[in-house]
Amino acid sequence: MTTASHETTPVLRLPAVAAFAATLAGGVLAAASAAMSWTWTDEFPGDLTYYGSPAGLQWLALAGGLLTALLALGARGVKGLRWLSPSGGNNGVLFAALGTLAVCWYSVAAIAVELDGLVNLDPGGWVAAVGSLLAVVGALGLPLDRRRTVKQPPVAWWWYLVAAVAAVLRVGLGQGWALNAVPPGIRPIFTENLWFFVAVPVAVLGFRLWLLLDAWLRIGRIERPLPAARALPSWAEILVITAVFALGLGVVEFGISTEYGELFIAFLLLTVFATAALLASGAIARLRELTTRHRSVTTGAAFAAAGAFPFTQSSETYVLIGANILIFATVALGLNVVVGLAGLLDLGYVAFLGVGAYAAALVSGSPFSVFRGVHLPFPVAVLIGALAALVFGVVIGAPTLRLRGDYLAIVTLGFGEIFRIAMNNLDGRSGPSLTNGPNGIAAIPDVNLFGFDFGQPHEFLGLQLGKFGNYLLLMLVATAIVVVVFGRVANSRIGRAWVAIREDETAAEAMGINGFRVKLIAFALGATLAGLAGAVQAHVAGAVSPDQYLFAGPVPPNSAFLLAAVILGGMGTISGPLVGAALLFLIPAKLQFLQSYQLLAFGVALILLMRFRPEGLIANRRQQLEFHEAELPAQGASPDDALTKAGA
Amino acid sequence: MTTDTAPVGGASAPLAEPVLEASGVVMRFGGLTAVNKVDLTVRQGEIVGLIGPNGAGKTTFFNCLTGLYVPTEGTVTYKGRVLPPRPHLVTEAGIARTFQNIRLFSNMTVLENVLVGRHTRTKEGLFSAILRGPSYRRAEQESRDRAMELLEFCGLAAKAEHLARNLPYGEQRKLEIARALASEPGLLLLDEPTAGMNPQETRAAEELVFAIRDLGIAILVIEHDMKFIFNLCDRTAVLVQGQKIVEGDRETVQNDERVVTAYLGAPLEGTTATEADQ
Repeated sequence: MTTASHETTPVLRLPAVAAFAATLAGGVLAAASAAMSWTWTDEFPGDLTYYGSPAGLQWLALAGGLLTALLALGARGVKGLRWLSPSGGNNGVLFAALGTLAVCWYSVAAIAVELDGLVNLDPGGWVAAVGSLLAVVGALGLPLDRRRTVKQPPVAWWWYLVAAVAAVLRVGLGQGWALNAVPPGIRPIFTENLWFFVAVPVAVLGFRLWLLLDAWLRIGRIERPLPAARALPSWAEILVITAVFALGLGVVEFGISTEYGELFIAFLLLTVFATAALLASGAIARLRELTTRHRSVTTGAAFAAAGAFPFTQSSETYVLIGANILIFATVALGLNVVVGLAGLLDLGYVAFLGVGAYAAALVSGSPFSVFRGVHLPFPVAVLIGALAALVFGVVIGAPTLRLRGDYLAIVTLGFGEIFRIAMNNLDGRSGPSLTNGPNGIAAIPDVNLFGFDFGQPHEFLGLQLGKFGNYLLLMLVATAIVVVVFGRVANSRIGRAWVAIREDETAAEAMGINGFRVKLIAFALGATLAGLAGAVQAHVAGAVSPDQYLFAGPVPPNSAFLLAAVILGGMGTISGPLVGAALLFLIPAKLQFLQSYQLLAFGVALILLMRFRPEGLIANRRQQLEFHEAELPAQGASPDDALTKAGA
Repeated sequence: MTTDTAPVGGASAPLAEPVLEASGVVMRFGGLTAVNKVDLTVRQGEIVGLIGPNGAGKTTFFNCLTGLYVPTEGTVTYKGRVLPPRPHLVTEAGIARTFQNIRLFSNMTVLENVLVGRHTRTKEGLFSAILRGPSYRRAEQESRDRAMELLEFCGLAAKAEHLARNLPYGEQRKLEIARALASEPGLLLLDEPTAGMNPQETRAAEELVFAIRDLGIAILVIEHDMKFIFNLCDRTAVLVQGQKIVEGDRETVQNDERVVTAYLGAPLEGTTATEADQ
């Protein structure tokens, strides 16, 4: 298949059959290695010493190897597997092989480094490494969709200069002579940040290597028309959707319950590559056809999968992580109304979460609340939390939403800080007694609905559900409410008015939209949804304190992370902020060693995202078109169109 | 005002109800008077043109009519009611407009653009959108039907699901008109509807404007294309340096020395007014 800009050729000139055989054999070998011992000692986390029972990293090798082999067979047209690669292209095979390579080599390298030496590898480790390499070499020999041209920014010469200077400085700082050249007062800046002088040359050289690699591979994307799907009865389609979500639950569960950093990194690597592989093979496009046909089934399956999660866990630790992800995701979705639909930049959104949480905590019956005797039922407390947030939303929004542009961002940023500082000071000494200051309101009693005590473990159909499992299900209800509200409002008169205001406020006003009014509605709705989530959060956490509601901090949710979740996931979509929030919560929770560089890492990640996928991980159709129009097949490019342009 | 503003040719026929009456509209930006005491009347079923050299204040005058600017002096009434100086209230009262440089909601679909135009003619608020009761669904369906009718009318029905930004230029102009019509106006203000169009598209635009007039909607149009203006308009007003210097039918305007001077400078020997058309 060739187009003006793309061709389908192999990178390595191998005999076609040999390439296919190598890919298949490599995939099978990598998968088979999971059943072998990778190392002789159980000192490496996960204990990879057994024959016959895969553990930790080996599961990932098994999944990657199998995916590679199956995709290779599917792309070759083997009956019964065509559904895995309906596009018929081989790029998916390459991505899967690369994912397997990344997982296997990362594991082998981690074993070698942590246990000091390759001697610690057992045959299984070698089989995994060789097998995954074989699969990649084979995949490079398959006909791949490639760009004809290499369009790349050259690395400016002064970058090499900067890298060289940094490297020399690193050596100099190590030997001491460079340190003597700087005044003693600022020496710690250098000695404490030695990594920086290594990171700069590594980044420059790494980028250069990446460019060389890309120029060699030239992997591109051809829009291949998918053959019409074989018609399935609708119960079978629903079954497929259910199976996919069950699989998705399994994947997410694996990610949440990874016990050590290596496993989580390998999990992330494989997930990214596998997603790319399934996108290229067309399997995801095919799945999307199904989910758009059965929208309500899909939503139901997604919620069922999330609801099934606590039942699959034996320990409460990961269930609490799940509940916290849900809180974060729900608030991010609320923010998406304000940012994604109405285009209002809110930098203090977490304050509305705080207002809801504090309001609910005050009437929850906590012994630390100033209204000690008041113990309202949970639904009433939630309602009060949402209403309080609504009032604050209107109070903040009414004077500022008349302005256009960046004023709102500044005011909301200020409001976020004012809220936190006010909560710190309303302790009876610096100000009126309301919040106990920095101590917050602790010991919020567990929710008790119709005699169902959320603090106690319960048993359903023989399955155990602990305290946090109860709360996860409760939070899931709140998430469902927000999802339904978002979905319905986005596609309505008021939702269209928001998008119109975001697109062109002057034109929207000229079309009869009262800009101030609809923006205030968006702001108030966003605040209310955050207040609702906050009220539930206060009960899940059992305590509220001012330091939970920062602008930026190491633990989500905070305003910066919420905004990042919306932008990372995809503005204006429902699933985007949910995915973005899950990632932004899991990555810092799992990669503890990143703690001090977390914000730096997010900055870099966001820059890379803006460069390569400005519409976010999950784009709605509009933004896909907005940012990648040139790459899509031109719509309506008819002779008629050319005439129009000539005339214009 | 030095000119008789009574419409020529309307002397014998009984005058229709005035839709728009602007009287003594002045717009000052600091020391600059962009619009100076302009009177203009548009009657039921009329197409009125507004021409003038660049910078004459045509668009500023439009903005005064539609509430984007608050006139320094003077009043604008629509069907006898003084218009409030807020754009969305003006649209609600029944005046819709298009823009000189197309201002579509480019990342919304064609249909959604027209649905936004229906904003003032629908009432459904936040709660009915969340609850989705039967009356909401009926109203939404009616809106969609009405929007599709309008797209049919403008010849864009086949592209209802395209993004507005992907339409060719001429169709974007049409969509802007369809969006304005969606607010069910009694008066449509067109700001240079044929700017950047080729001759075929201009002719199509002419037909569209006549079709709109036949719906009973009065039209006020700013244009630079003289052929278009004189084919279309029952009356034409000429604005020069913020002042209306003449108003009348084709002959009145074309034969007016001041118009020629305004467009071409002082006439040289042998220059005729018709060359000013270009």
